[in-house]
Amino acid sequence: MEILVCVRRVPDTSENEIELNGAGNDIERDELVYSINEPDNYAVEEAIQIVARVGGKVTVVTVGGEDDEEILRREMAMGANHGVLLSDDAFAGSDGRGIPVILKAFVQKGNYDLILTGVQAEDGGAQVGGMLAAMLDYPFASLVNSIEVLDGRKLKISREIEGGNREISEIDLPCVLSIQTGINEPRYVGMKGIRQVASVPIPTYGASDLGADLNTVGTAAAKVKRVDYFVPVLGKGAEMLNGSREENVEKVLELVAAKGGLK
Amino acid sequence: MVEGIQSLAQLTPWLMQGRALFLVIHVLGVVCFAYIVAIRLVPLLRAERDFRFDQPLARLGQVLKFWLGQWKHPRYKTAGTLHILIFSGFILLAIRAFTVLIVGVSYNFVMPGLSGETGHIYEVITDYAATVVFICMVVAIIRRLVFKPARYAVPAQFGKAHTADAVFLLVLIAILMVADSLFEAAKAAGQIHQGQPVEALAVLSLPWMLQIALASASLPTLGNFYFGAYLLHEVTFYFLLCYRPFGIQFHVETSLFNIYFSKLDRHALKPVKWGVSDEHLDQVKSFGVKTFEDFTWKHMLDFYSCADCGRCSDNCPANAVGRPLSPRFISIKARDYAFQHYPVFGQRMFGGPNNGKPLIGNIYSEDEIWSCTTCGACEEECPLLVEYIDKIVDLRRGMVDDGNVPQSLQKPLKALESRGNPYGKLEKKRAEWTKAKEFQQTCDIKVLDGKTNAAETLYFVDSISSYDDRMQSIGRATAKILDHVGESFGILGAAEKDSGNEVRRFGEEMLFMALRDHNVEAIKSSGVKRIVTADPHAYNALKHDYKDVPPVEHISQVVAREVKSGKIKFNPVENANSVYTYHDPCYLGRHNQIYDDPRDVLDAIPGLKRVEMNRSRDRSFCCGGGGLMLFYEPKEEQRIGAKRVQMAAEAGANVLVTACPFCMVNIEDAIKVAGLEGKMTAIDLAELVEKQMVRESQKVA
Repeated sequence: MEILVCVRRVPDTSENEIELNGAGNDIERDELVYSINEPDNYAVEEAIQIVARVGGKVTVVTVGGEDDEEILRREMAMGANHGVLLSDDAFAGSDGRGIPVILKAFVQKGNYDLILTGVQAEDGGAQVGGMLAAMLDYPFASLVNSIEVLDGRKLKISREIEGGNREISEIDLPCVLSIQTGINEPRYVGMKGIRQVASVPIPTYGASDLGADLNTVGTAAAKVKRVDYFVPVLGKGAEMLNGSREENVEKVLELVAAKGGLK
Repeated sequence: MVEGIQSLAQLTPWLMQGRALFLVIHVLGVVCFAYIVAIRLVPLLRAERDFRFDQPLARLGQVLKFWLGQWKHPRYKTAGTLHILIFSGFILLAIRAFTVLIVGVSYNFVMPGLSGETGHIYEVITDYAATVVFICMVVAIIRRLVFKPARYAVPAQFGKAHTADAVFLLVLIAILMVADSLFEAAKAAGQIHQGQPVEALAVLSLPWMLQIALASASLPTLGNFYFGAYLLHEVTFYFLLCYRPFGIQFHVETSLFNIYFSKLDRHALKPVKWGVSDEHLDQVKSFGVKTFEDFTWKHMLDFYSCADCGRCSDNCPANAVGRPLSPRFISIKARDYAFQHYPVFGQRMFGGPNNGKPLIGNIYSEDEIWSCTTCGACEEECPLLVEYIDKIVDLRRGMVDDGNVPQSLQKPLKALESRGNPYGKLEKKRAEWTKAKEFQQTCDIKVLDGKTNAAETLYFVDSISSYDDRMQSIGRATAKILDHVGESFGILGAAEKDSGNEVRRFGEEMLFMALRDHNVEAIKSSGVKRIVTADPHAYNALKHDYKDVPPVEHISQVVAREVKSGKIKFNPVENANSVYTYHDPCYLGRHNQIYDDPRDVLDAIPGLKRVEMNRSRDRSFCCGGGGLMLFYEPKEEQRIGAKRVQMAAEAGANVLVTACPFCMVNIEDAIKVAGLEGKMTAIDLAELVEKQMVRESQKVA
């Protein structure tokens, strides 16, 4: 099975202190460290596991610049067979519709049975998967947390619904799935693996290579524009209980009961 | 058969007629043994390399101390005493055993140098030796069957009890001793019977008693005993010889080699591959141990040599709290695997491909291998110097190489890669602990750049003391001490990265190398002459894992020296009811033998009452592990630290002093978990020193 996983490089939320810039319209990006968007990492792991079961190849693709090669290499160290960078000055500033337009052009150059995305980008709005499926006229399922390959170009998939229940569906290939975290346990990518793929060439395609319609990508075509960042004001802080252990226990029970937590 | 034998003269030819039979037994026994040993050597020949052929003198020294000297044995009083007696008995009986074997073929054989008076003295000694070994066997059997020391038990997940096998072997040795003694007794009794001169048997020895018992027997009966005892001795001897390589008694043969080839530099971690330098590691395809054949030949020899005595697991903190790790079974399971896959009977593996079965998921579980805190208690205890940490680290290297790392450890490892600390905190905030307002007013710490900001000494803070709110206090105390003794010192600040001690021990060698190379570069360009740290893990990494850095000291060494020099003087302790105990951090104590300096410092504080915990110094009980171990979520019945604070309470202490920030995390946590809040406190040695030392202003006053 040929699987394409669309990935994205985002500021690592666990290793950054996100602060607003002086103008207040973006976050301070000078000292950020980036990593792969976590749900995308689960998607790649799932693709690698599917290929290990039924055979095939995994390709990871991202829209971005030179810096984004880093995450492609990390996913290749993880076990993805190919990495592809879609990069063009014209792509910069694309909105949630622009990105799938670029991806669609790339998908149509290849022959993929299955396209995976993470459920959402940590700095994004969970738009790409659905839009890409619509543009390709492929079936789409979101929030997928298990995949089983069936005979006859079909998948059995499930997604978590309210209360931990799972809804099981069948879907025809080719299709697009957005992958929920927790579908698997992504493997560790060590320094050795990264160094071993450090010099593997990564093909880069620009707008002309892809034949993308430039009218729908880039800043100019973006119909959704970020205008501001809002950071909530810090709340009052916690209420400290300073009594003895027994008093505190009693007080906690009282407070929880008052908020309806105990019946 | 022996009927009608009237004299020893007739006995003798009888024995001589048995010659053919004994010769057959000899040849058969030796051939079988050689064959079995050859099979046992097959995996060793297919194992990874291990450089153990250097420094023959130092290695002989090891043999004298740990093999002949039985150095570790007295650590367990009863079992140790028994073993020393049995071992001495065996050593003394060795020559006699060979003589007896040869006598079957050549009746008049006398071992050169053991004729006449010397021979007689030797016989008296061996009479007693056989007796002592026999008694030891009886005692050992009783221990195994009646007293059943807990450490011999086999937990359900590791299979069936080994008691039957152990007792079987003990019985065989007892039979061997009886047969040997009976052989001698029958001979002596026969000689007396015929009024021949007799070499007196050692009074109260086993042969002596048997001789008395046989005194009234007829000569033919004695002949039967004589021959029967010899045959029994022969058969038992060779049966034991050939049976030992199938179980725990193989150590009788392997121990000498295992100790000769034991690791000389116990502080150094095994390289990923012997003979491959750091620069060439990139070309190594697979890291660590994944299949049995990835172990080095010495590590396999370790598996063969394990005597199943259970001392490692008895001291293992992970095992004590029910984590799925028991070092004893790391060895036993690997040996069982070797025996199963390189069988003496059945399909041979010669020349074929490696079995290639992954060890993880087959004989070891992931949790088992991640459970180890690398505290070194097992290795400290092992009488046979079996190595565990290197194996655990090699197995982890294999898992890391396969991407098989618990999610809880992936985050900190990733953060170490991108930010140089496991918390993912910003590099520029690494020196923020120095900016605490009141502290900065009294102690302004330089961030060294080797040019305008230069100093003699580098204080290597490491991640936890730099970023953890609580542990920053250890950092500030250390800085104040250095300041107080007039040290010209500074820190690396943002240029410092995690020392990587645990990164390496958790199997991420390449990441460790990146951290190390960065730090070495930063240390060199700072231009310092020496390094001080208050973190034993950093101390250990800088001292043993880093190359070409200035000499490093732990703060407890600095304080001990300055107490002696008089630069540090202490005020008396305020609370007369405080009873202190010192907890040896593994990476300061066992891994670096710094036991006395911290104690000397404590004892220099006037009025400080100090008690020792049962498990202290080289038997110290780990706090639960530092570095990445803080992120790992083990399956356990109890926190390791909780057990440790209980030990402190049992010793009668209410202040637990340690000298490691990770110990502080675990112990302060454990005090709460154990419900000892308000009854026990923990303090770092540096904090205590800083609190008690007499300041300039006080001196003037």
